Amino acid sequence: MIPFTLEQVRTLEAAVRAGADGGRYIAGGTTLVDLMREEVERPEHLVDINALPLAAIRADGDALAIGALARMSDVAAHPEVRRHQPLIAEALVEGASPQLRNMASIGGNLLQRVRCPYFRMRDAACNKRDPGSGCAALHGINHGHAVLGTSGYCIATHPSDLAVALVALDATMRVVGPEGERSFAVEELYRLPGDTPHLEHTLRPGELIVEVQVPGGAHARRARYLKVRDRASYEFAVVSAAVALDLAGDLVREARVAVGGVGTRPWRLRAVEAALAGRRAGRESFEAAAQLAAEGAAPREHNAYKVELLPRTIVRALEMAGGTA
Amino acid sequence: MVDTGRQKAGSERESDDFRLSRRGVLALAGATSIVALPSAAQPGSAEGGKGETMQVTLRTNGETHRLDLDPRQSLLDVLRDRLDLTGTKKGCNQGACGACTVLANGRRIVSCLTLAAMYDGAEITTIEGLASQGELHPLQAAFVEHEALQCGFCTPGQIMSGVACIAEGHAGSPDEIRAWMSGNICRCAAYPGIVAAIGEAGRVRG
Repeated sequence: MIPFTLEQVRTLEAAVRAGADGGRYIAGGTTLVDLMREEVERPEHLVDINALPLAAIRADGDALAIGALARMSDVAAHPEVRRHQPLIAEALVEGASPQLRNMASIGGNLLQRVRCPYFRMRDAACNKRDPGSGCAALHGINHGHAVLGTSGYCIATHPSDLAVALVALDATMRVVGPEGERSFAVEELYRLPGDTPHLEHTLRPGELIVEVQVPGGAHARRARYLKVRDRASYEFAVVSAAVALDLAGDLVREARVAVGGVGTRPWRLRAVEAALAGRRAGRESFEAAAQLAAEGAAPREHNAYKVELLPRTIVRALEMAGGTA
Repeated sequence: MVDTGRQKAGSERESDDFRLSRRGVLALAGATSIVALPSAAQPGSAEGGKGETMQVTLRTNGETHRLDLDPRQSLLDVLRDRLDLTGTKKGCNQGACGACTVLANGRRIVSCLTLAAMYDGAEITTIEGLASQGELHPLQAAFVEHEALQCGFCTPGQIMSGVACIAEGHAGSPDEIRAWMSGNICRCAAYPGIVAAIGEAGRVRG
């Protein structure tokens, strides 16, 4: 591990000041410490933000405000989260291991780095780690890689389950930085790789995520997260689907569909949602809508199976949410 | 990389008695080769302001230790190399296997993916802290009863994780135990015994 200095901050002002000076924020450390040990991450100065008062979880009616330092396990177990936003609890419990969920913060979860094996393999080409070096995954072992939003520079999937759920739920996030506070959709946090895959998010230098806000609504109570993976638990998604249905009788009033494991960022499927609106909730309309999911997919040698698995996963998730499975 | 934390400087704890343990024999056997290796990043050495040590207080199994730590040291390495709590094992050292599971302020964590300096003031419980007055913890006894191990390397992590799994209320059924113990890998595949032991200890406690 490359030597660094470690600073513990007690106030948001001190944190942002240290961040603006080039410090890297650390909370749970489950991604950062691992990648520092591999010398893929080489921060010179770490800013430990765990003492900041940002771990509260508040419900306002069926809307939620989740502090960025709340731990995955605490959010997943929180009674108001389970009652009003079961999709969030389900996506969290399906992620990582119990030990990691006790450590990892919500803000850190959203900013975790990719799990492409070539990213952490320092002798392999990786444009995300070393811009301009190439992408070993393009012609390598790309069984787990993305088919949507890819470029000739990077095909790594975004690994967060929580982010997929939050994007489906139109969640927003509040960030504080040297120039003050702003809020924006969680979906807008993530960039497509394009020809600059080393730029993953839209935070400005020194900005710190302080809170995630999740609006309520009828859809939120009929929402499920289905994660297809190579083993039953403690594994990243091969394909996952976060779906939410607002039904009027057996007609779909509104549908939300976002998917993971297939995109270079959490992937909202608005064409699928539009195809579901006004239709009868059931296998036929679910299958017809899900056929639109893989439009524009660009599979590589080992991941073409995802193009077939993606609509099937969406259909099953919709059936689970609609109670027709 | 050479172990950075062999010396006991900075630890207030004095060894109560010297027992010729397996660990002790290994340490003696390794001593000559350690001397021959270059000493990389000794705590206290300054590299342009970096590499300086930090004062950290850890409470492990009820004992207080004031330590000077290189901020790079993981809690796992500090437990093993500075405090001689070698029951906690280093398996993958990347958060995937669970062999290094300990309780920090009562919650199970993987001690490899930590910077020990971030646990200043924390209450750490390791496998050495479970038995009381020579009496095995009920889950330790259940592991013996159900032969929940073969080689034993993952066992301290399995037991620490299992203690938390029961305390969290996630030991209600074999399926629930399997899901909530999935962060602990056993290469010998002693899983049936592990699930049975946690199930039994959970029922007795529940």
